[in-house]
Amino acid sequence: MTKGQAISLQKNDGGSLTAVRMGLGWQAAPRRGLFGSRTREIDLDASAVLFADKQPVDVVFFRHLVSDDGSVRHTGDNLVGGVGQGGDDEAILVDLARVPVHIDQIVFTVNSFTGQTFQEVQNAFCRLVDETNGQELARYTLAGGGAYTAQIMAKVHRTGAGWTMTALGTPANGRTFQDLMPAILPHL
Amino acid sequence: MTAELVRGQNHPLSQARLEIRVSAGQPVVAGATLSDEHGKVHGVEWVAHPGAPTLPGLEVSRQAAAAHRLAVDLGAMPEAVHRISVLIALPTGVGGPVSFGGLAAPFLAVTGLDGSEVANYTITGLEAESAVVALELYRRQGAWKVRAVGQGYAGGLADLFADQGLPEARQLAAGINDAVAQGLARSVQAPRTTDGDRTRHAAAPTLGADQGGAAAQGAVPPPPVSPYGTPAPGVPGQPPASPYGTPAATDPSAAPQPGSTTGGPVDYSHPRRQTTAPPPPPPTAPPAQPGQPAQPVAGDATGWSMDERLYNQVWGMFEDLARTMAAYRSAVDFADSRMEKELDQALSDPRSRIGGQSDAAREAARAKHTQLVDQARTALDRDLAQLTAEADVVEPALPAAYARWDNPVWHGYRVPMEIPMALRLGDLHLPEAPQLRIPMLVRLPLERGLWIDSGRADSLDGSFTDSHELKRLAMESAVAHAARLLAVYPAGEFTVHVIDPAGSGGQALVPLVQTGVLAGPPALGAAGVVDVLARLTQRVDLVQMAVRGGAPDALPPGFDTSEQLLIVNDFPHGFDDRAVNQLRYLADEGPAVGVHLMMVADREEASAYGPLLDPLWRSLLRLSPVPDDHLADPWVGHAWTYEPSLVPQGSQVLQQVLNQVAAARTKYT
Repeated sequence: MTKGQAISLQKNDGGSLTAVRMGLGWQAAPRRGLFGSRTREIDLDASAVLFADKQPVDVVFFRHLVSDDGSVRHTGDNLVGGVGQGGDDEAILVDLARVPVHIDQIVFTVNSFTGQTFQEVQNAFCRLVDETNGQELARYTLAGGGAYTAQIMAKVHRTGAGWTMTALGTPANGRTFQDLMPAILPHL
Repeated sequence: MTAELVRGQNHPLSQARLEIRVSAGQPVVAGATLSDEHGKVHGVEWVAHPGAPTLPGLEVSRQAAAAHRLAVDLGAMPEAVHRISVLIALPTGVGGPVSFGGLAAPFLAVTGLDGSEVANYTITGLEAESAVVALELYRRQGAWKVRAVGQGYAGGLADLFADQGLPEARQLAAGINDAVAQGLARSVQAPRTTDGDRTRHAAAPTLGADQGGAAAQGAVPPPPVSPYGTPAPGVPGQPPASPYGTPAATDPSAAPQPGSTTGGPVDYSHPRRQTTAPPPPPPTAPPAQPGQPAQPVAGDATGWSMDERLYNQVWGMFEDLARTMAAYRSAVDFADSRMEKELDQALSDPRSRIGGQSDAAREAARAKHTQLVDQARTALDRDLAQLTAEADVVEPALPAAYARWDNPVWHGYRVPMEIPMALRLGDLHLPEAPQLRIPMLVRLPLERGLWIDSGRADSLDGSFTDSHELKRLAMESAVAHAARLLAVYPAGEFTVHVIDPAGSGGQALVPLVQTGVLAGPPALGAAGVVDVLARLTQRVDLVQMAVRGGAPDALPPGFDTSEQLLIVNDFPHGFDDRAVNQLRYLADEGPAVGVHLMMVADREEASAYGPLLDPLWRSLLRLSPVPDDHLADPWVGHAWTYEPSLVPQGSQVLQQVLNQVAAARTKYT
């Protein structure tokens, strides 16, 4: 998946998706220098902002793990990143069937809470998984990250009866999702 | 087909999960010993008895009773076990009969889980025996069979265990008798901790006073696959290597037996949840039609027992309803605010004031609003239909403790053997879905006292209830709650005291007084207040001292170890300053040692005490005698309308249930 690419979340057989997971994984970058084997802790945080008509109405992040309506759930804060490769270190589960009817867009973001830029983060990725069968629908790599501390990763939005995912991949700077709001608004 | 066995006869067993029902004319102790292919019992941890009621695949009752149900799961029996001997014995030292000679012949039935009898056996011809090996379940060529044994021992359990080759026979028999006679382990409750939920599944039936390390080990459920590979936390001083694989060679005097209450351990585990055997699989919903939600099934939640599954399911329904309603409300709120904004815009835009443009814009805004609200309503109705269908299957499946008084389960009421997990205090609902009632379940033993507020005169539907009527209703719901508590605890394990200084609750208290389930008549006047409070305060002091000193068996002989509930009507009538202080002390310290408060009071009437009593009111769970929306859920914080669980008008069910409670109590004591 590349920036700006849109993927419809309709299933091939015509049925629409009911539950998707936005996974975020990363590895702490090894520090150069005398104690080269030492790694520095990097805390990335995944957040999801729920919009109704371009107004933010709810947010799911490490301090508010479940949206009030219960449709969007964060699996919990991971402070150090993954030790192995490939697994999700933080995940946000979206039960699309239960998302309140006025919510028409959900934007997923990643912030570096500890302040490192993505240059220092290895193997960072974001992916969208069909939660019902574990199939990976889309994968977006944060590779080649520049000197940014945040990224607006993707959004899922209503189209007709179903949902569509659009990769955004816009770099930004900020410690939590609040700092990103000005950067998010143009994408709605 | 039920096989009626005679002594020595055997019968094949086709099911792995069985129940063995024991009935005798007198309270008896039921237990079981496990032995290997050579008939050898490897040690005290191969014996299931009231002090250590759970072994893998086997659970016996914790107390002496005239009727028992032993749960057996042959599939969960370790390979090493080739024979299970089911034994019954008369408890000694409690003033009962000393031999089976003069008693009705004990009867045992082996049944499937559905209650169908596989085999039964009546033990006849007993004389001086006070302990009997009644049945044997044994492996024969890979299959299990049952044999009627009926081998009695005049020397009681000690002889029986000695005959089975247990070196610690005498100590074990003494320990069992102690556990039965004191019944202590169950009623002194440990203070709840935040991780109480985790420790609920503690593997250790009892924790010795001198084994803090092992206690931590017992706090996580061991993997159910090989329970015999984990050290039994109840046996201190044993090497951590599998105690089941090696004959117990430890010095019996140095190793207190598991489960006996001598040596001072207080049983902190819930009597019901310490099974290490894997729980039976939950019922699963039939596969759903494509595009349709699955048909709801009662008990379709996680848990180690049906009780726990239903409890979790009810809480799941509670959360789902809260969140579904939050989704609906936020959508409607959003539609409202958007329409308002758009209407304002249409009004303030000078261009739209000309001609029909303004009307059109307003029309459009209203249409958008209607459409969104309709969509939200559709989603809500879909979710409500699913939850209603679930409630329709769950409600009839609830055990008595969770069920409404009009549930038929109350008509088949039997005095239970175990404390249930939770208690229903009433129903909760939201104004958008008044027909969908969520049972309000609180965990037992109670963690907070209850306050039935008789002071609010404005009910939800606007109907005026005068204060006299409200007091009557408050007392009535207090009696319903108290009766329910009495009914769901095993016989003699819950005691209710009443302070009714002015005698104004007399009418409502009739069901409790007439059936004789109260500890004594309701205390009247200032003297009555002083007397009851003094007794309960002393009790709290004693138990606290004993627990803190690690010597719960140092309590005076004949000490009543049941949980206590004190109902206080008309507070602060009849209370002087000293009595108020004692009441506050009970509210603070009581719950941890099994003494609970139920205040039936109007806070206004105690306003003379000023902020002094604020902590008291805050510490109690406030309930209303009439529907009132004062309770908030823990997820979204909706205001839920609480309605107490009352006995239907004209129903005799309360009377019948309390009669049984009273009868069981006389039998038990």
